[in-house]
Amino acid sequence: MQSTQVDFIPILIQFLLASGFVGTTIIISSFLGPRRQSARKDKNFECGIESVGNARTPFSIKYFLVAILFVLFDVEVIFMYPWAVNFREMGVEGMIKMGIFMSLLVVGFFYVMKKKGLEWE
Amino acid sequence: MADAPPGVQGEGFFAGKLSDVVGLARANSLWPLPFATSCCGIEFMATMASHYDVARFGSERMSFSPRQADMLLVMGTIAKKMAPVLRQVYEQMAEPRWVISVGACACSGGIFDTYSVLQGIDKVIPVDVYVPGCPPRPEQILDGILQLQELVKNESVRRRSSPEYVELLASYNIK
Repeated sequence: MQSTQVDFIPILIQFLLASGFVGTTIIISSFLGPRRQSARKDKNFECGIESVGNARTPFSIKYFLVAILFVLFDVEVIFMYPWAVNFREMGVEGMIKMGIFMSLLVVGFFYVMKKKGLEWE
Repeated sequence: MADAPPGVQGEGFFAGKLSDVVGLARANSLWPLPFATSCCGIEFMATMASHYDVARFGSERMSFSPRQADMLLVMGTIAKKMAPVLRQVYEQMAEPRWVISVGACACSGGIFDTYSVLQGIDKVIPVDVYVPGCPPRPEQILDGILQLQELVKNESVRRRSSPEYVELLASYNIK
């Protein structure tokens, strides 16, 4: 069956109608709905308590380091799950492969410890 | 299911007043913002839970941010130190907003007729429905919500932009 470009015009109309409906409802509701603005209303919601200071303050890089190392070793554990499930089928070969993978990561882990990456003070 | 408002009905169409439809929609989807400070809050927890089930009346979703709430339920003793907090929460709600004062303490200060307790939340924010009781039973809180639904259904869509309403808020020093 042959189809020409003209056959696809209904899809274009559908797209226009859909986006037009979304656009108009958003615009119309902002005109029709009641609204009230004041400095107090536009403040951040802090359970009604006066907010103190600025949220955009610099904080210690240690936090980031520990968090990213956690993610790294967390993902490593995820890799161990499918291996543990197929432990019998993979046999000695799988054991050796996993050993190589783990030893590489353990080297990394010792590197992190040597570099004092996990020391908080 | 809510009944359809009065109007002309035919095959494939319905014609009625927009204000009726808006009122119907608003009344049956009041999202509560619980502001529970004491024992009336515990009664409200029972009202929310499966036995009394406030969700039957369209208040399924508890909102713990004022931005997505329509109905502020003040339940419990409001100390004078809490008053500015309550007003701030009320002011940060989006229009249209309604307030139910649940229990003797929120309505009038209750038994705490003392220097530290606000003698009724209507000293700081406008209240739509008062639910008496110390504490009121869940049925009474549900009745309060149903009373509010009646108010919402019959509220003029222009009320929130009327000078009377602006004046009312100005009397509470709310812009």
